[in-house]
Amino acid sequence: MQQGLAVGHEAMNTAGGSVDELSNATREAGRRGLLRVAGAAFAAGLVTGGGARAQGIAADPFEGDPYKSHPWPDMRREFLGRAARVVFDARVQVQGPSFAEDPMNVPISVRVDPALGKVEEIVVLVDRNPIRKVLSYEPVLALPAVAFRFKLEQASPVRAAVRLAAAGASGGASGGGTGRWVVGGAWVDSAGGGCTVSGATRKDGSWAKTLGDVSGKLFTPAPGQAAYAARLRVKVMHPMDTGLVAGIPAFYLNRLSLRDGDDRELARLQGFEPLSENPVFSFDFGEAPKGGVHIVGSDNNGNRIRSRVQ
Amino acid sequence: MSAAGVRLGLRCGVVLGLTLALALAMTLLRAGPAQAQVAPRANQATLDYRLQARSLAPNVWVVEGDNDDFHPKNGCNIINTGFIATGAGVLVVNTGPSRLYGEQLRALISRTTREPVAQVLHLNLHPDYFLGNQAFVDVPRVATAATRDGIARESSAYETNLYRLCGDWMKGTATVAPDRTFEVSGAPAGAASVSGRLRMGAREFDWHVLAGHTDSDLVLVDRESGVAFVGGLVFHQRVPTTPHARVPQWLAALEVLEKLGLRTVVPSHGPVHEGTAGLAGTRRFLQWLDASFGRHAAEGLDMNEVLRAPVPDEFRRWAAFSSEYVRNIAHLYPFYERKALGEPRR
Repeated sequence: MQQGLAVGHEAMNTAGGSVDELSNATREAGRRGLLRVAGAAFAAGLVTGGGARAQGIAADPFEGDPYKSHPWPDMRREFLGRAARVVFDARVQVQGPSFAEDPMNVPISVRVDPALGKVEEIVVLVDRNPIRKVLSYEPVLALPAVAFRFKLEQASPVRAAVRLAAAGASGGASGGGTGRWVVGGAWVDSAGGGCTVSGATRKDGSWAKTLGDVSGKLFTPAPGQAAYAARLRVKVMHPMDTGLVAGIPAFYLNRLSLRDGDDRELARLQGFEPLSENPVFSFDFGEAPKGGVHIVGSDNNGNRIRSRVQ
Repeated sequence: MSAAGVRLGLRCGVVLGLTLALALAMTLLRAGPAQAQVAPRANQATLDYRLQARSLAPNVWVVEGDNDDFHPKNGCNIINTGFIATGAGVLVVNTGPSRLYGEQLRALISRTTREPVAQVLHLNLHPDYFLGNQAFVDVPRVATAATRDGIARESSAYETNLYRLCGDWMKGTATVAPDRTFEVSGAPAGAASVSGRLRMGAREFDWHVLAGHTDSDLVLVDRESGVAFVGGLVFHQRVPTTPHARVPQWLAALEVLEKLGLRTVVPSHGPVHEGTAGLAGTRRFLQWLDASFGRHAAEGLDMNEVLRAPVPDEFRRWAAFSSEYVRNIAHLYPFYERKALGEPRR
């Protein structure tokens, strides 16, 4: 572990400059592809947070964060827990575009390497968004993979923090905010403005006519063609107001539950304001759900979502 | 997401997300065959675009930009503008990306011909078609009604974004909108194309109002020389920009253009060329994109998977591929996705 940490620091010294140059340094690092070097450091395994300090390793104000992001240590405490131990690992793969052509619809795909073990929860956090938590996903019987689009306010790291089941987390306590988290990320550049602008259906008032409508399809690739046996792609009509546009309170999808034909829960998702207007999700399954998928959910005003996709 | 949703959502992103992450995008797309690196013609130190007028025919000139993406190194000069001395004054086709460009273009015109500038024509609503207008406040600036509406709607976002992308080159640039409507008379509602003839001084032009690259794409053909200013409908050896594109209409517009039997083609982006090479390339790209996005959506691929899916070498070699193709996906894939997922229902 110590060796891994040393490698990580070296890579990050190459990638970054002074603390004050955070944003430029990270951007430059991204441009030069140096984050791939940092990526190698993840793979080597980089333990930080309480654990690292307990081992007496010199304190890093960024807690080993390859993006050297100022908000990160606070974010870790707030969203993962004060005593949470964090490992940065490229096996938590976060894919996005290198720049947000459309800051109101930035596509992100998260996929967790099965070698990490059983995943309890995936939390997506965005450092430089005014609202940082985008979603929390519990892949109960589904694969630990989720794709969605979200609103990005400015250039930022986009993180997926993965909480592993206790059995898969060797040497780490779990649950109650003291668990072991494995974190991956991607840097997305942006011209800005994604969270503080109304969506189109809010502007033209058409959201009320389609609220809660669902479109979607269950895709089953030929065997061996994909890492999943079935994928549900689903779009839920919702304005997803962030509450950051004057006079328009936060109004967003907050719960989705996916169930098969026998009413077994396959997966559940907690959503937050930064998800895109009329969000589109992809959920992957290791075996095709029997009897299609029922989608049940609600928004923060109590409106119900109920649909079935074959 | 409605079509309007895409449009509005993109307002801040339209021209913009751009070059910043070129290197990253290259990594992301698995760096393709190297594009020929040509030194920018602009001088960034002196903010001199070093514009040159190349004569395509007697009294017809093109002012070529780099075949690239917006970047401070090229002064964000990636557009081919043009001007024609008609005997009754100069007709200017598009005014470039900045006040500075407009001023340098105006100076170039006065060095090249003794005729005064009589009129400016804007072929569509995109920023480098009109942000040089501050040097042309004294003459009529003409655009179709749809293009005028589009400029009114989007120009302030364009300014912000080009300032962000191009830096000092943009100093003092502010929108001077077109002030006269290009009259398209006798057009049946919803017609795919409208054509007519324009006479200025000793010259006659055929014009065609088409759509697909934007809501209104104007094409101007000088009858005497056969030089055709085809605007954004043809991209030559350059990945098409698509923030306002509608692929089926664009393909239909290319059919119309092909029937005209154009000789010398001046695309807004990419080299001037003879014949149908640019038209055919643009069509190949749009047809490939249409088929490929349609197939990916039908297979349930997410945008990030589409970003990483194979692209034919031909297109990967085109200028601006690594950044423009990311934008193509952001602009157009949602349409195909919507079709694959069906109509939202309760």
